[in-house]
Amino acid sequence: MSDSSSANHPPLSILAYCCEHCAYAAADLAGSLRMQYPPNIRIVRLPCTGKIDVLIILQALEDGADGVMVAGCLPGDCHFLEGNVNAKRRVKHIRNLLGEIGLEPERVRMYQLSSAMAGEFVRISEEMTREIEKLGPNPLKKNQR
Amino acid sequence: MIIAEQKKLSEITALLGDASKVLVIGCGTCVTVCFAGGSREAAILAASLRMSTQLAGNGKQVADVTVQRQCEWEYLDQIAEQVKEADILLSLGCGIGVQAIAEHFPDKWVVPGLNTSFLGLPVEQGIWSERCAACGDCILGLTGGICPIARCSKSLLNGPCGGSEAGHCEVSKDIPCAWQLIYDRLSSLGKVEMLYELQPPKNWQKARDGGPRKITREDLLLGEKED
Amino acid sequence: MSTGNNGYLVGSNLEKILRAGMFAVTAELGPPQSADPEVIRQKARLLKGNCDAVNITDNQTAIVRMSSIGSGAIVVQEGLEPVIQMTCRDRNRLAIQSDLLAAYALGMRNLLCLTGDHQTFGNHPTAKNVFDIDSIQLIQMVVNLRDQRVFQCGDPLKGPEPRFFVGAAASPFADPVAYRPYRLAKKVKAGANFIQTQLIYDVEAFERFMTRVRELGIHEQAYILAGVGPLKSPAMARYMKESVPGILVPDAIIERMEKAGEPWAGKKKEELTKEDRKARAAAWQEEGIKICIELIQQIRQIKGVAGVHIMAIEWEEAVKPIVEGAGLYPRPIIRTNEAEPLAAA
Repeated sequence: MSDSSSANHPPLSILAYCCEHCAYAAADLAGSLRMQYPPNIRIVRLPCTGKIDVLIILQALEDGADGVMVAGCLPGDCHFLEGNVNAKRRVKHIRNLLGEIGLEPERVRMYQLSSAMAGEFVRISEEMTREIEKLGPNPLKKNQR
Repeated sequence: MIIAEQKKLSEITALLGDASKVLVIGCGTCVTVCFAGGSREAAILAASLRMSTQLAGNGKQVADVTVQRQCEWEYLDQIAEQVKEADILLSLGCGIGVQAIAEHFPDKWVVPGLNTSFLGLPVEQGIWSERCAACGDCILGLTGGICPIARCSKSLLNGPCGGSEAGHCEVSKDIPCAWQLIYDRLSSLGKVEMLYELQPPKNWQKARDGGPRKITREDLLLGEKED
Repeated sequence: MSTGNNGYLVGSNLEKILRAGMFAVTAELGPPQSADPEVIRQKARLLKGNCDAVNITDNQTAIVRMSSIGSGAIVVQEGLEPVIQMTCRDRNRLAIQSDLLAAYALGMRNLLCLTGDHQTFGNHPTAKNVFDIDSIQLIQMVVNLRDQRVFQCGDPLKGPEPRFFVGAAASPFADPVAYRPYRLAKKVKAGANFIQTQLIYDVEAFERFMTRVRELGIHEQAYILAGVGPLKSPAMARYMKESVPGILVPDAIIERMEKAGEPWAGKKKEELTKEDRKARAAAWQEEGIKICIELIQQIRQIKGVAGVHIMAIEWEEAVKPIVEGAGLYPRPIIRTNEAEPLAAA
């Protein structure tokens, strides 16, 4: 686990939109098991990743988030049947849009896991944090107060 | 309904030029239904433009507002204040909406954010297909409700041509052969003999070929008119 | 309708041959993608005497070439009779009528009315679509110019009318297959005098089509010429079968073409020398011509077929061996006491 506040920039913030049935439950389990994951991760609970839309993520990035991860259920396991499938398609669309805007598409990423996979939640949080560290702070933050 | 697609961000940015206060205007009717220019698309485009221009070093102020329909003056009156504040208006309406805004606010420069393509319908979510060519002289009563002007690549009235194969048009496997569809429909309804009639050449004067069209309904005009 | 000239509608060589009940032969001439008249003259010389009339294509596959009518004027000068092709893709009714008046004035007498391949196939896909009228309306328009002496709008001509022997195309195996004989009937009802079909390689399938045609009595109202064409290679046969709508190619024919290349089949592509390729191409072409001759002989037996239309695409040299091999050489010459008929009295 890494703490990214050592470089000469404020700590990187990564929003994690987690569906309550799988990813959020996994994060919760990780907490109960006293497993550590990077403090950069700010969890936002959703009923389903199908609730994700382009505007939410764009606003997050415009407001200064350095990264956005969308964590939902494994294929075939979505509580609302197709929410995770729709989320995956939209994340792909957002990444293309970010490319056109001039922001790195890698700042947004989708992960899939089950409610029992506490270890996987830790792994993806660390992986996402590493990736965002490599990219550096959101360049849009420069002009913000 | 009218089907349109958003232009690429780079093309829209180029159209904005040096303007620094942009008003993105969405439309709540056709382009909402085809996910090209509704309130959500307007908000996304506004955010995208703010972000991309900031990253490019010439950050613009971009606001967005959406009206029920851009093609009616009364709805445009409602956004007069926001329009006044802007240097440039970026319309996400169809070509009609863009022109209505330009006509209604003649002292503002208006640019289109969409490419208006055709009159059609959503066959399923995410897929829209052309259905009507607005030819001004509807012949759907002769073809079982399938339009050969819009749906046949050659607008044949006595089709099909020799390029029809396995139910699709020679131009593309994605285009069903309109005349195969017409033949099947009329056959299933027991009316295939209608196809043996020779259809004469079309009067294209009623279509756009005759010049831009206008319809006036005397019974609907307001105010007193001298007889 | 004029009966002033021996009862001929027009008096073209093609009409005379067909009226006399002789098996007609038409061929095809492809104009160049340039302004060179010599190309036309050379092709005309290859075809003269080997056919009764020659079709001159009109921006075929939507690729810009010297126009059919312009090329036709050169062909007339060479002493060969053209069949002008006119598509609906590039010209509206004004341009079509205007061009046809000139074509007649320049000595052309036969006209094939076509819809035309869509422009997306060709080298100018961004061009505007015309298709003001379709092929059936075109037939009617041309027949009315000849027989009613009126323009499409109804105005009378102010002088001699263009008198064309009017042809139409038929594609027996295009979809919807069951409707094709009826569409052909529609073209004949519109006034078509002769028909040229798409390429036939499957004689049995063509026989079934002709049975239906005879049931509708079409063969007695218009002269039907079956389309044939020599194959140049097995790849060409496969391409026709898979990629061109309305062409059926039996596997047996593809196998024959492949067999002709057998002596070179053992060698890998890179091992083939220039001489190998040349010899193999010649073997393929010889077999292609042989097959074409056999097809003509079989098709000739079918009742209602009045002739063949030989499409040797960019291979006009093949026409003579085919015509000779099929026993159709020399071409008959019909002499009448009348001078070349022009307008009706």
